[in-house]
Amino acid sequence: MSKKAISMTVNGRPVEAPAEPRTLLIHYLREQLDLTGPHIGCDTGHCGACTVDLDGQSVKSCMVFAIQAEGAEVTTIEGLAQPDGRLHALQEAFREHHGLQCGYCTPGMITRAYRLLQENPDPSEQEIRYGISGNLCRCTGYQNIVRAIQAAAQNLNSVPEAAE
Amino acid sequence: MNEQTPIAERAEKLQGLGCARKRVEDARFTQGKGNYVDDIKLNGMLFGDFVRSPYGHARIKGIDKEAALAVPGVLAVITAEDLIPLNLHYMPTLAGDVQAVLAHEKVLFQSQEVAFVVATDRYAAADGVELVEVDYEELPVVVDAAKAMAADAPLLREDIKDKDEGAHGPRKHHNHIFYWDAGDLEGTQRALSQAEVVAEESIAYQRVHPCPLETCGCVASMDKVNGKLTVWGTFQAPHAVRTVASLISNIPEHNIRIVSPDIGGGFGNKVGVYPGYICAIVASIVTGQPVKWIEDRIENLSSTAFARDYHMTGKIAATKEGKITGLQCHVLADHGAFDACADPTKFPAGFFHICTGSYDIPVAYVGVDGVYTNKAPGGVAYRCSFRVTEASYFIERMIDVLARKLEMDPAELRMKNFIAREQFPYTSALGWEYDSGNYHTAMAKAMETVGYQALRTEQAANREAFVRGETRSLMGIGVAFFTEIVGAGPVKNCDILGLGMFDSCEIRVHPTGSAIARLGTISQGQGHATTFAQILASEIGLPADRITVEEGDTDTAPYGLGTYGSRSTPVAGAATAMAGRKIRAKAQMIAAYLLEVHDDDLEWEVDRFQVKGNPERFKAMSEIAFAAYNQAIPGIEPGLEAVSYYDPPNMTYPFGAYICVVDVDVDTGVTDIRRFYALDDCGTRINPMVIEGQVHGGLTEALAIAMGQEIRYDEIGNVQGASLMDFFLPTAVETPTWETDHTVTPSPHHPIGAKGVGESPNVGGVPAFSNAVVDAFAHLGLTHTQMPHDHWRVWSVAQDLGLHG
Repeated sequence: MSKKAISMTVNGRPVEAPAEPRTLLIHYLREQLDLTGPHIGCDTGHCGACTVDLDGQSVKSCMVFAIQAEGAEVTTIEGLAQPDGRLHALQEAFREHHGLQCGYCTPGMITRAYRLLQENPDPSEQEIRYGISGNLCRCTGYQNIVRAIQAAAQNLNSVPEAAE
Repeated sequence: MNEQTPIAERAEKLQGLGCARKRVEDARFTQGKGNYVDDIKLNGMLFGDFVRSPYGHARIKGIDKEAALAVPGVLAVITAEDLIPLNLHYMPTLAGDVQAVLAHEKVLFQSQEVAFVVATDRYAAADGVELVEVDYEELPVVVDAAKAMAADAPLLREDIKDKDEGAHGPRKHHNHIFYWDAGDLEGTQRALSQAEVVAEESIAYQRVHPCPLETCGCVASMDKVNGKLTVWGTFQAPHAVRTVASLISNIPEHNIRIVSPDIGGGFGNKVGVYPGYICAIVASIVTGQPVKWIEDRIENLSSTAFARDYHMTGKIAATKEGKITGLQCHVLADHGAFDACADPTKFPAGFFHICTGSYDIPVAYVGVDGVYTNKAPGGVAYRCSFRVTEASYFIERMIDVLARKLEMDPAELRMKNFIAREQFPYTSALGWEYDSGNYHTAMAKAMETVGYQALRTEQAANREAFVRGETRSLMGIGVAFFTEIVGAGPVKNCDILGLGMFDSCEIRVHPTGSAIARLGTISQGQGHATTFAQILASEIGLPADRITVEEGDTDTAPYGLGTYGSRSTPVAGAATAMAGRKIRAKAQMIAAYLLEVHDDDLEWEVDRFQVKGNPERFKAMSEIAFAAYNQAIPGIEPGLEAVSYYDPPNMTYPFGAYICVVDVDVDTGVTDIRRFYALDDCGTRINPMVIEGQVHGGLTEALAIAMGQEIRYDEIGNVQGASLMDFFLPTAVETPTWETDHTVTPSPHHPIGAKGVGESPNVGGVPAFSNAVVDAFAHLGLTHTQMPHDHWRVWSVAQDLGLHG
């Protein structure tokens, strides 16, 4: 199948790479751009391991063709830390509160939580549980993930500029 | 660190045993820098994808590759015919059977591998798969283990139809695999016939799947110049894979390198060897290019290792006062189309004979019939030791069934029959030697913490309110007390394919007081790099932060049997401690030389050897390490290294008391887990934070199994719901908040007293949920109902009991 150059902004950098019209965004990110943080866990849009931020919304990048993201702003887990290497509050909190084990769901989970906290900077436990219900984890039982997101929210709210 | 630093402070800085040390793995995982098998990208790498059978049982009349080979990018289509000259169309399984790598002459289960399409990218490979034309002739299908044993049942395994003897003894039917038993049949029958009370029940444990979030896959790369094969893959036992690969490919073992990179969860799914691995290796040898194979989720759920599918019938005998006098169990074990169970060789039903549980039962007998059906092969230990969760589910349900018959409280009945603390080490009626336990204390603590009597009082009030029509919700209280058997295992009776189930650790201490430890195990999320460094920190007195733990590369790690069955801490953890002690023994001699005293005049204290009675004279481990590399010490070789291969003297026996409170809406079948309390005793606790995380995760998997998971087949062999659309993985919304607690009863034979914990919550959790659901309806006469307790089934229970008016 013929390929076409597709361009978008990923983690603040303009990128352009060839892809077929049927190429999924997750394969474009992982195989053309070598951004292997987002993972593939199902193929049916249920697990959320491939979650990225697309124009200010959480999307499952296995459910989007790369061509649909033409011209879009995409953020992956690789784009959450500061340029100087300082980690995002969520990345710190997941480590601090043991919010991960095998690590496979973690990039999608943190990327989803990043958008959730933009939508709702001070979520209740129940709002967090509903807010991450599109992301499956097989290891943690979610309890420490919820704690980590609560801690990150608190941290971001006490230092407003850290929210950026 | 100097002599002024108090002992406690020095010990704390090591971050050794007992420290809730933050995980060293997390930095890469939280930044998307993990390295999982699908992240591997090699020059010229090709992709392989399977053509799979749409039928449960059919004869293959022909395969037409032509259209597929015409697809741009498709390089090869491999079928059984291509593998026959290499003698690779069948591969040995871990259970002594053979499994078709690619279907030869007929297919035996839906989704069976029929052809392997190799292409330049995954999209082209998928196009090729669509265009391979296979001509099938349908055959009668058997998906029920009992029907498979009928005299006129269709013959499934034509390849072994003339074999009366299998790997585990005589076969009594053309679809029979083995009969295995343990215990005293005559004595048990006598106990049953003389008993004042006998309770009976048929208990099925449905077919489920471990379903780690990362599916199985590999990248095989044959370097034709130096003759070396490297395979990166989702392997829970990389060394065993290397040995098997060498035996079936005839490539010398030193020319095979198996690497397990980061693994996205295993739970038993990644123990076995799958056709995808063999096909990727063959394709790489044929093409001379690296070949990647990654299964998708539907392939994962419908073809790689399932778990359970045990159909158990039990009888339990007791006195009127509730003292258990005997136990009998028969299991019809559905192994699918090939016997690919992952069990130690001598135990075709795993450690199912731990099914006398935590109770002092004088006599017992268990027999297991393994049977072939038109279902996917497997039978792995999904987050448990070999068949232990089946055994625990069986006994914990039987105890409740007996309690109902005796009209006794299920917790009280358990208390009455527990093995007493002073009976350990305890030899069970089925032959296991339990190492240590304190069951009464654990159960009493659990009951007190949850306020058990108050819960029962509340339940009685709820039942009265229900009768008065004031509520449509029924409250259930589930009690489970499990004893696990983990840490396989002693080489004298545990092997897989003849490989003894020891494990290993090799340590190199560097001159500046840091170290690397390599183990024969492989973490899949358990955090070995964090916790094994803690074991070592306490043994050799170097801070855990200065110890690298490395696993999974067979070219560098010492031989070991891998990570499953909660064996890493009991076996490799012990090897780590023992290797550490060898380091310390040599360090003592070096310190004696440096301090000009006799070895025996020194004592170890946290991070140093000091002169007895004169603690100001000491050498810290970091100084000793440097001396090991820069001093010519008479009679002592330079360097500071050690290796230990640990053959455990016995298994370890973790235990725990779990209590679940559930509210059941009888009109919708919706169950609300109001409360779940889990008390675990895993012996010495290495890292409480990691233990708690393991318990949370295991309980969530138990919730999934008890309340919704099932790999179901229809009568013509179609897998029902083998995608995440249907297969139940709880989200954060369905998952309750877990309450964890512990007691500590160290293992007397393990160097640091640790027992392993990762699988306990699954083993104890499933019966706790199930007992709670049954308990909600117990006053209405319900003694048992089959899992999973999804809304429809629970609604059906209420319907059958006439609760819908």
